[in-house]
Amino acid sequence: MGADDKGGESPGDRLTASDKADFKRQLTDVVPHLRAFARGLCGRPDMADDLVQETMLKAWAAQDRFEPGTSMRAWTFVILRNAYLTDMRRNRFRGEYDEGVAERILVAPAGQEEPIHLSDLHRALLTLPAERREALLLVGAGGFSYEEAAQICGCAVGTIKSRVGRARAALTEMLAQGNIPRRSTDDDIAHRAILEELDMVAAGNGVSSRG
Amino acid sequence: MASNQKQGGSGGRGGATARRAPEWADGLKQLYDSVVEEDLPDSFKDLLDRLDGSNPAFSSNDNGAPPSPSGRGAR
Repeated sequence: MGADDKGGESPGDRLTASDKADFKRQLTDVVPHLRAFARGLCGRPDMADDLVQETMLKAWAAQDRFEPGTSMRAWTFVILRNAYLTDMRRNRFRGEYDEGVAERILVAPAGQEEPIHLSDLHRALLTLPAERREALLLVGAGGFSYEEAAQICGCAVGTIKSRVGRARAALTEMLAQGNIPRRSTDDDIAHRAILEELDMVAAGNGVSSRG
Repeated sequence: MASNQKQGGSGGRGGATARRAPEWADGLKQLYDSVVEEDLPDSFKDLLDRLDGSNPAFSSNDNGAPPSPSGRGAR
């Protein structure tokens, strides 16, 4: 990130006060979604909220690159995702399960005897390689289409479909067997892949990497 | 909250089971929605307030400087 924008004009110059008010209103509206996405990504509520605040500041600073009429949620998710990956690289930050998250019990679907614990689900989610976790979060929780998720992640639609499919299969298996490992052993590999991807994103598109 | 999407509760179509969203799929949405529905902590409202008074360029030197919600009584 950083020096990806060589344009001379300073941010916000070409925005009217009304543009800025619109931007702020839309940014405010997506904050709860940013928190939910971040919580799913990194598990710890405090770290997730730090990530969201960082995202809000970056989004505000880059607001002249937001195209009115496009999805603020998708745009800010790109920023949040990049911030998350950067943090992960710097701090070797891993998804950690926070015991305080929830012992809520999901209502058992009809015909199924054992209810699924949301806490189990969340913990299982956090053991997935980060790239699959974010794909599943975007599509399965955030309600994005495969196409939108691919834009957010800067990868091909087929890649997203494959990641979501693998994430679903892994979660289904873990939950069915009641076997939820604390940490995925191929995390390192997955993280490396993500970091390489991040470098490409950072070198090329930076924050405005939609499309 | 627990919106009952009555999708195939009575398991009709056999082969469709694998293709159908797994039963934990609702749980994933619930996890997400439960955070969306949380009250926004004050620190976020404070940050939004601070954005208003600030030049959008104020943090554009993007060196990963973390937000400091605690600091400076700028007002």
